[in-house]
Amino acid sequence: MERPKNIIQKIWEQHVVHREEGKPDLLYIDLHLVHEVTSPQAFEGLRMNGRKVRRPDLTFATMDHNVPTRQRLVIEDPISKKQIDTLQQNCEEFGIPLAHIHHPDNGIVHVIGPELGLTQPGKTIVCGDSHTSTHGAFGALAFGIGTSEVEHVLATQTLWQAPPKTMNVKVKGKLGKGVTAKDLILAIIGKFGVKFGTGYIIEYTGEAIREMSMDERMTVCNMSIEGGARAGLISPDETTFEYLRGRKHVPQGKAFEEAVTRWKSLATDEGAEYDAVVEIDATEVEPQVTWGTNPGMCIPISANVPNPEDADKANDREEIKRALEYMGLEAGQPISSVKIDHVFIGSCTNSRLSDLRKAAEIIRGKKVHPSVKAIVVPGSFSVKMAAEKEGLDKVFTDAGFEWRNAGCSMCLGMNDDLIPSGERCASTSNRNFEGRQGKGARTHLVSPEMAAAAAIAGHFVDVRTFSAQEVG
Amino acid sequence: MEPLRIHQGIVCPINRANIDTDQIIPKQFLKRIERSGFGQFLFYNWRFDDEGNPNPDFPLNQPQYKGASILVAGENFGCGSSREHAPWAVQDFGFRVIIAPSFADIFKNNTVKNGILAIQATEEQVQTIMKKAETEGYTLTINLEDQIVYDSEGFKFTFDIAPYPKEMLLNGWDEIGVTLKYEEKIAQYEQSKQLVHTK
Ligand code: SF4
Repeated sequence: MERPKNIIQKIWEQHVVHREEGKPDLLYIDLHLVHEVTSPQAFEGLRMNGRKVRRPDLTFATMDHNVPTRQRLVIEDPISKKQIDTLQQNCEEFGIPLAHIHHPDNGIVHVIGPELGLTQPGKTIVCGDSHTSTHGAFGALAFGIGTSEVEHVLATQTLWQAPPKTMNVKVKGKLGKGVTAKDLILAIIGKFGVKFGTGYIIEYTGEAIREMSMDERMTVCNMSIEGGARAGLISPDETTFEYLRGRKHVPQGKAFEEAVTRWKSLATDEGAEYDAVVEIDATEVEPQVTWGTNPGMCIPISANVPNPEDADKANDREEIKRALEYMGLEAGQPISSVKIDHVFIGSCTNSRLSDLRKAAEIIRGKKVHPSVKAIVVPGSFSVKMAAEKEGLDKVFTDAGFEWRNAGCSMCLGMNDDLIPSGERCASTSNRNFEGRQGKGARTHLVSPEMAAAAAIAGHFVDVRTFSAQEVG
Repeated sequence: MEPLRIHQGIVCPINRANIDTDQIIPKQFLKRIERSGFGQFLFYNWRFDDEGNPNPDFPLNQPQYKGASILVAGENFGCGSSREHAPWAVQDFGFRVIIAPSFADIFKNNTVKNGILAIQATEEQVQTIMKKAETEGYTLTINLEDQIVYDSEGFKFTFDIAPYPKEMLLNGWDEIGVTLKYEEKIAQYEQSKQLVHTK
């Protein structure tokens, strides 16, 4: 009998085009997603060498990083405009389908891939963007690449890649009420550190993962890269198939049932082994808030900001001290006492319809705290439309949130959505690096529910007891 | 890319360690959409003062190093971010070879992809070259096939390089060029699979 395999090994083996001693494997890429920031030089490289895009029909482009979310069609920054115009020209020249700003399919690359059904189990998916790991939620092998590699995939539809080491992140038990997928992945990175996944591809398994919706699974896989892993994935199951059924690029009718049979066979075999296994108990996870300048610097909402003196190693003490200084926090201060100036609900981590629904539930009938500026940026045009159909936009605007157009927006501040220096933001995005949301900006990563509750309270609060609280 | 078998060129020394990618190409020049044309920004903050006038003390501005194609620098060259703009700038300025006691990993990988030979020499060898390069017109020859560096005065040393990058540089292959030799296998693979189209 064949040795049992995990899903990572199965997908890898199915995509090896060429293998020889002393070389990495030549891996076939099923889907190449492209956006305006990391692609211009790759296209120029093709032109300089007189090369074509091998498979424009396996390539899909969108505009997201530079897109203005206030007035969609007026791009004031000339360089942003140039990147957008360049992508359009490149797509026309090379025959690549593009979800232009004006197109109903437009949105953040990692939101629209799944929405359109382009993301499917068993595919190899790349994009010049480190959060490509998001697509792993569907049981796809998806990872971010650099600009030379973008050009390489455009020209050859392949990449030279050494076979990865595999890791199983086992999540035991179920998440408690009010504890989200975002809290789980933050807790995982908090527990194992920002480098635990370096050199590995992760498979997430366990009861809590099985119970999650696709939106929630995407949140988990999205932040794999924040734990150092280039890719993180989840074996597909009925939840996956139900999400995909009927989507634009998915086979329809009988062909769909056949696809499901194929997809089912991808799931990790009973008894398959990994190069490493780590475990976390879901029942112990509380809502998380990051206090520092990397995603591993997070604590439960009930905890206090760490004291550098408590760290064992001198390096850690230095790092904590520097982070506290940048963040303007006191050692030992309860995280729930930290007042915020901004709330950002959006990004490829948490901007899908269910994220917006959950945040709306928290704020319905309440008002944003007078000292807080809050914005919601849906992940795609289609999320925006669906939310408006349900009246969620009204719930947000009635509470005092700004309701924006789709894009990356304040996640990285390449457009005009920036946090002023020294101000503090509760953000549903994935990176709290120094300067990420603007020079000197202080970012705290949280779930959409926690962000919504903080918007109302003006400081961080435990969302599990929030609705019962007097707001003020 | 130009094959690099035997290269002879004028040596330009920059006697500093830990030259990071921010110094090689400062952040303000990253938003360009072209891959070429970064040479003018190479070491920008060192080459030019706040008013944009050339700094006469910086080697790249000195007439004796005009046309130099071999850069010699201190250890840990190219540390910092993974931006490919750094090797793009080095190459676009006209350098084909960099000699240093050590290189940052990602930078070194990126050099091969851009046809630049990064030679790891000993600290002593690098210091010898730095001294010799003070003489106007000092030239080194690099024979990649035999993995040796020498000048006309009898100075000579050998260096190490892995087979895969060596082959790529010797033949002037970019990685895409290499991969396209497997075109037939790629096409076969494509025929054997059901691929899901994006159109
Ligand atoms: S939302 Fe943020 S993390 Fe996601 S693709 Fe856009 S910029 Fe990157």
